[in-house]
Amino acid sequence: MLIKYIIRRIAWSIPILFVVSLLAFLILQAPPGDFITAHTAALLSDGQEVDYEQIAALRQHYGLDQSIFVQYWKWISGVLVGDFGLSFEWREPVSTLIWERMGLSVTLAATTVLFTWALALPIGVYSAVKKYTFGDYVVTTIGFLGLATPNFLLALILMYVSVVYYGLDVSGLFSTEYKNAPWSWAKVRDLFAHIWIPVVILGTSSTASIIRVMRANLLDELHKPYVTTARAKGLSELKLLVRYPVRIALNPFISTIGWIFPQIISGSVIVSIVLSLPTAGPMYLTALKSQDMFLAGSFVLMLSVLAVIGMLISDILLGIIDPRIRFGR
Amino acid sequence: MSSQDLPAQDIGPKDLTHPTSDVVEDPRHLDTASQGRLIWLSFRKHRLAMAGAAVVLFLFFVAVFVEFFAPFDPHEFNSTKIFHPPQMLKLVDNSDGGFAIRLHVNSMKIVRDPLTLQVSYEEDLDEKVYIRFFGRGDTYRLWNLFEMDIHFIAPVDPDQRFFLLGSDRLGRDVFSRTVFGTRLSMSIGLVGVAISLVIGIILGGISGYFGGIADAVIQRIIEVLIVLPSIPLWMGLSAAMPTDWSVVMRYFAITVILSLVGWTELARVVRGRFLSLRSEDFVTAARLDGSSRPRIIFRHILPSTYSYIVTAVSLAIPAMILAETALSFLGLGLLPPAISWGALLFEAQNIRSIVAGPWLFAPGFLVLIAVLAFNFLGDGLRDAADPYAALGE
Repeated sequence: MLIKYIIRRIAWSIPILFVVSLLAFLILQAPPGDFITAHTAALLSDGQEVDYEQIAALRQHYGLDQSIFVQYWKWISGVLVGDFGLSFEWREPVSTLIWERMGLSVTLAATTVLFTWALALPIGVYSAVKKYTFGDYVVTTIGFLGLATPNFLLALILMYVSVVYYGLDVSGLFSTEYKNAPWSWAKVRDLFAHIWIPVVILGTSSTASIIRVMRANLLDELHKPYVTTARAKGLSELKLLVRYPVRIALNPFISTIGWIFPQIISGSVIVSIVLSLPTAGPMYLTALKSQDMFLAGSFVLMLSVLAVIGMLISDILLGIIDPRIRFGR
Repeated sequence: MSSQDLPAQDIGPKDLTHPTSDVVEDPRHLDTASQGRLIWLSFRKHRLAMAGAAVVLFLFFVAVFVEFFAPFDPHEFNSTKIFHPPQMLKLVDNSDGGFAIRLHVNSMKIVRDPLTLQVSYEEDLDEKVYIRFFGRGDTYRLWNLFEMDIHFIAPVDPDQRFFLLGSDRLGRDVFSRTVFGTRLSMSIGLVGVAISLVIGIILGGISGYFGGIADAVIQRIIEVLIVLPSIPLWMGLSAAMPTDWSVVMRYFAITVILSLVGWTELARVVRGRFLSLRSEDFVTAARLDGSSRPRIIFRHILPSTYSYIVTAVSLAIPAMILAETALSFLGLGLLPPAISWGALLFEAQNIRSIVAGPWLFAPGFLVLIAVLAFNFLGDGLRDAADPYAALGE
């Protein structure tokens, strides 16, 4: 039954991915003109000569003179075999450009998720157990502030403080000597020396919401009769807390494992731009501005794939935990 | 509101605004109180939510009368007052040896470091700019209708300038600009949520009431929209807007873009309520009574979902404000000369300008305050939405 459920979920994600990829392509194609027009406009404003015959040839070369659905078909059939098309701006295949940056984005998001959970779950438990105490109020206030502060504002303020008061440059993910160096252990160590700043910035808002959800979940559980029973039977408070109510209160987070990840990557776009991180975000913005649509489209597509996989994982985990879901609709 | 002659109970300081109340603690009256009243009674106990509501109302009030609240024209530039630091409002004036209470700021003069030639501002204690409330300043047309020249605060001498929040790289008054930003930033959330609300109620209602194929189709649409990454999607759609569009066009395009993604959450809330209300006794009774479908939906079911919708809305507005701020900050949303908090933060994008003028962050703090206030308000509403549970404790 479970296998059947999993297969059904996987089968269902294929049409979703198809629709999503089509939508992404259409949206990114929507701006009037294409890369070539943007490029010629840039050339003209620089006062350079423009050879219109060459432009027509370029357009034909890239297939930009064909209908949008033909272009989509060519692109998506390439994607299926790992060819994401050519980036106009960089004049390189998208796949060679995007993997390293996507890898860094994913690393950043994964570290952020781990950081958030490690921080937020214990705080949430504390805040629920010590409801309406000074500590609870402090935590709740910080939580609200974290929720309301735009990530990029936090990034800007942090940059300002570190430049003005400490003379440090917090942008980027690597020290200068490692920026273009090939991957090595030293480079990985350097990465983790730099990654914590964006992690803290990205983590604040989700930390805040996780604290609040954990607190609310646990508060619901703490008054249930089984807790009283366990306490009456003489279980120590800590054991009682961790063994039963916390475990149940964690359940909703299992369903968020899937989508929190792509959500953080998508949210990190703006922070990455502010801190000029070498992740996929800033590249996406420049690709959008120069109408480099295969690059932009591949980025949106990859995020969507991550989201679909995430949803799949969440659904399957929930199906394993809660039998009602897999037998139901 | 029913007025009662029972002694008023002490319910807390915020009760001062409503001296007519009354009998919250008397359970007999709760049985006959309307749902709206029950929600209000339980909402009023929530101090943070009341504070949030006050701030939100104040911000909307400012947004309506920005021309009045801003001391100067937000587009007026001044090449001699670039990156002018903020001036503190002062009350005690002893410039002529005596002691007087007069609102003023100290003027600042430009000094040039003899070695580095670096320009900086220094407080000039001898010169003051006197400020008064409801003074006359630049003329403006309120809502493009009424010609006026009264400003909430204005220099006594209309030719003088003061900068409560400093000035930007063109010498424009950041305070006036931030006040003007209130209009677009606050209204974009409101309009955007209104659009997503209409879509959300219609599609969520159909989905929840009729179920079956309609439900399946709408749920699949929502699933697809959730899978699409929202921020990159917004960026893509905004980048698709021609840059030569007018401010108004861009404004509406952005609200539509934001609400295209925002309606899914509202639709889910409405659907959930419709699903559970559909099988309630009073709906069955109405159906057996021969009520038409529209009557059942609009007269019986929809009113029971209001409290949930209001809550969802008050939590959706700050999300929209944040989204607009982020887009404009990236230069994809509202573009100058439009003034929104996000468009103002665009000025604070590179490290050089924020080092020269850290006060350029000011609009960001307004975003923070607005979002915080909406969140408190929404939280209070959510707790109050189920008044029976809250009061029954």
